[in-house]
Amino acid sequence: MSVIRERGRIGESARRVDGEPKVTGEFAYGSDLSTENMLWGATLRSPHASARIRTIDVSAALRIEGVRAILTHADLEHAKTFGLEICDQPVFADDAVRYVGEPVAAVAAETPEQARLAVNAIRVDYEPLPPVTDMEQALADGAPRVHHFGNVLRHVHVLHGEVAAARADVWVDGYYETAMQDQAALGPEATLAVPAADGGVDLYAVTQWIHVDRQQIAPILGLPEEKVRITLAGVGGAFGSREDIHTQIHACMLALRTGRAVKMVYGREESFHGHVHRHPSRTWIRYGATKDGMLVACEARVLFDGGAYASSSPAVVGNACSFASGPYEVPNVQIEGTVVYTNNPPCGAMRGFGAPQVCFAMDKLAATLGMDPLELRLKNAMKTGSRTANGQVLDGPAPVRELIERCRAIPLPPEQPATGRDPIGYPGGAGNVSRGESLKRGIGYAVGFKNIMYSEGFDDASEATVTLRPSPDGPVASVRTAAVEYGQGLYTVLAQIVRTELGVEEVLIEPTTSRVGSAGSTSASRQTTMTGGAVLGACRAVREALGDRELSGPITRTYTHHHRATTPLDEHGQGDPHASFAFIVQRAVVEVDAELGLVRVLQIAAAQDAGRVINPQLARGQVEGGTAQGVGLALTEEIQLQDGAIRNASFTDYLIPTILDVAPVVTEFVEEPEPGSPYGVKGIGELATVASTAAVVAALRAATGRTLNRAPVHPDDLVGLRPEARTSGPAPVPDVPGQKSIPDYLGLGLGQQLLMKASDE
Amino acid sequence: MGLGRLADCMLIRASVNGKARSADVTPATSLLTMLRDELELTGSKNACEQGECGSCSVWLDGDLVCACLVPAVQADGCEVRTVEALAENGDLHPVQDAFLAAGAVQCGFCTPGLVVATADLLARDPHPTDDAIREALAGNLCRCTGYQKIIDAVHLAEEALT
Repeated sequence: MSVIRERGRIGESARRVDGEPKVTGEFAYGSDLSTENMLWGATLRSPHASARIRTIDVSAALRIEGVRAILTHADLEHAKTFGLEICDQPVFADDAVRYVGEPVAAVAAETPEQARLAVNAIRVDYEPLPPVTDMEQALADGAPRVHHFGNVLRHVHVLHGEVAAARADVWVDGYYETAMQDQAALGPEATLAVPAADGGVDLYAVTQWIHVDRQQIAPILGLPEEKVRITLAGVGGAFGSREDIHTQIHACMLALRTGRAVKMVYGREESFHGHVHRHPSRTWIRYGATKDGMLVACEARVLFDGGAYASSSPAVVGNACSFASGPYEVPNVQIEGTVVYTNNPPCGAMRGFGAPQVCFAMDKLAATLGMDPLELRLKNAMKTGSRTANGQVLDGPAPVRELIERCRAIPLPPEQPATGRDPIGYPGGAGNVSRGESLKRGIGYAVGFKNIMYSEGFDDASEATVTLRPSPDGPVASVRTAAVEYGQGLYTVLAQIVRTELGVEEVLIEPTTSRVGSAGSTSASRQTTMTGGAVLGACRAVREALGDRELSGPITRTYTHHHRATTPLDEHGQGDPHASFAFIVQRAVVEVDAELGLVRVLQIAAAQDAGRVINPQLARGQVEGGTAQGVGLALTEEIQLQDGAIRNASFTDYLIPTILDVAPVVTEFVEEPEPGSPYGVKGIGELATVASTAAVVAALRAATGRTLNRAPVHPDDLVGLRPEARTSGPAPVPDVPGQKSIPDYLGLGLGQQLLMKASDE
Repeated sequence: MGLGRLADCMLIRASVNGKARSADVTPATSLLTMLRDELELTGSKNACEQGECGSCSVWLDGDLVCACLVPAVQADGCEVRTVEALAENGDLHPVQDAFLAAGAVQCGFCTPGLVVATADLLARDPHPTDDAIREALAGNLCRCTGYQKIIDAVHLAEEALT
């Protein structure tokens, strides 16, 4: 347990600046907001995975008491679609619905019950169509088309060296599947939209990037961006699920239509339908190596199910292709990565962003070679100066060998006797189902890496303003930024930077709004680097302005931090697509009841490359929480689909880990400063989620001797009742232009890129 | 035709955090909705609304309950205590302070429920083992922390309370 300080500078476990209202219940999350004379919004969603809409009849719904407005696609007078990377997602379905849960209409009424009654009274005449609900089916000849231009959203081709000519002593083929995972942030999607006297709208929303929200909302409303004023509402977790628009546009349209404030909040079931998920994946991967375990080649085919709309899928599959061959020196690499449209729920960002799905392959090669899996990794580990599959030279720290050694050196949990324990100490725990008759222990490792910040030529700069002013109790500082805090501790880290640079104790973080410049998204493990860098730059400018003078009045300085430039992928997927990389090694120790197929995770050991740790307690919290999400995907978390419909849209049926399911996480950080990064930091948030799923699955394989090539691993897999995931061979490489997303080639409307272009002008 | 006419409203009188409060509710209104939407006590959270996550944990006549599973009418004449009652005169309850000191708060959405459940546990069992803590808090979901620092917080609070 680390000792925390009420206030602290960098390197210290300072107490959270937003902690006190969170423990007293005063902190106002989006779902807690209300205002005078407020209406409640509700959404009608498609029950079909694919259907044509013949008619929508709202007449009966309009007669329900308390109903003040009902909106459908017919009410869209300006832009009709939105999207993070590509504007392909209708605000309301027009003539077609493409997934179960797609919004068709929205209602505003005096009470939530009246709004729900009205939603149920809207009559939609659908003509159901055959859906595409499998990612390989989407690529088959003659498959129904989810969009008119086909089912390929993006294909990425990466070729480094010459795989065809590579000569290896041993070739090992692997096939791996991962399920669709839900971010399951506890705080629901919510917006309070208030119409303003100037014809604009003020909204209080749960999001990860205020400015990209505004960029998507304003064209739909037909308003200039300055009339769409966004203030961050309290965010009860995100993990990628609040990157996409949820309630914001519907609430604004209803508010502008009725002239009244409108609140929209999703319940848990609707939340499962109202945000994107982690892509389910299928990976075919083949390693070639010499007898003594030197990697010669890696050939991979990666297929992701993007669901019905693009969200951030193009960037996610780009990442998967960057990381599929692992953090190893491989002279010859060919990776073909495809993300397809299907009539499943849309997938997009979740912690790890394409990297966790491709972290599984090395153990099978080690077993074939008869080598210790860690020795194989040590032999081939990347280091500073290595080239990635994209041909990018790692010029920052890449301490993979040191991480492996550090993780291996963490003491194992003590062996316990198999019998005579308190029942809670067995797999199945509180279920009281085992007496330890057939316990098997297993240890598994995974090594992962991931990009920090946005990639492929995207300049996700962050602006921050710092003011230093005198007060009777000494100088005080304040920070203005649009950067979103959703629990990881960003505002605390920013305050630590200000205290360090300006020598003050009092630091005020001002409300987070669209009135200041963009800070970029709170995702891609980027905010400590990016907004931390902006605050550091602004502090230094304040200090410079002050010079040796006594502080007599306020000094305000604004600074914009850019990460170094990255490049798009060339025709062979080569370039410098990533700004920075971080690495992690995790070891899982599990016990399996081999008769019942139940699992108890005993310990997770983690060694993470962190550049420089600003707040040790917060950093460990990121590793522990990220690990729990990875353990969830390894053991229990899976959105189950039937004909495109989510069957388990509740916390009763979608199982996130409880306090009984998690094991102690022992974390070590390797701190080698990243050049060009403020204080040498590297992002921390996502890495544990990249490797922990694969580490747990590896430990389960070691315990049971089974193939286990699908996550989550079910009890049936562990006792041998369900066969391993099989494949009839790699998915075909689609006949489409490579690298850019297909809608991008077709000029179908860009999302974030437009924002960045606008900021360049 | 709204629910208000479909179903008779009922006036509920209860002691909430030591104050006499009343609210008009329908038979379908949960105690959680009454607290949040009628009495403007939004400290109790609405993460699942089916008793799985514990974010709405409150005391009803001294018993720890999920407010989302309790019909508001059942609270008539009862004593309700919520997270808002824990801090006194601006001083955090030791459990609240321990959650901050241990780093057991990230997004904080689960925190009010966990703080209430922890205070309840320590009132019943002043020196719980780790296993006892896990069993007592198994009904409170947290998606951010991985729970390790929550167990630390319970032990810190245990020290502070003894």
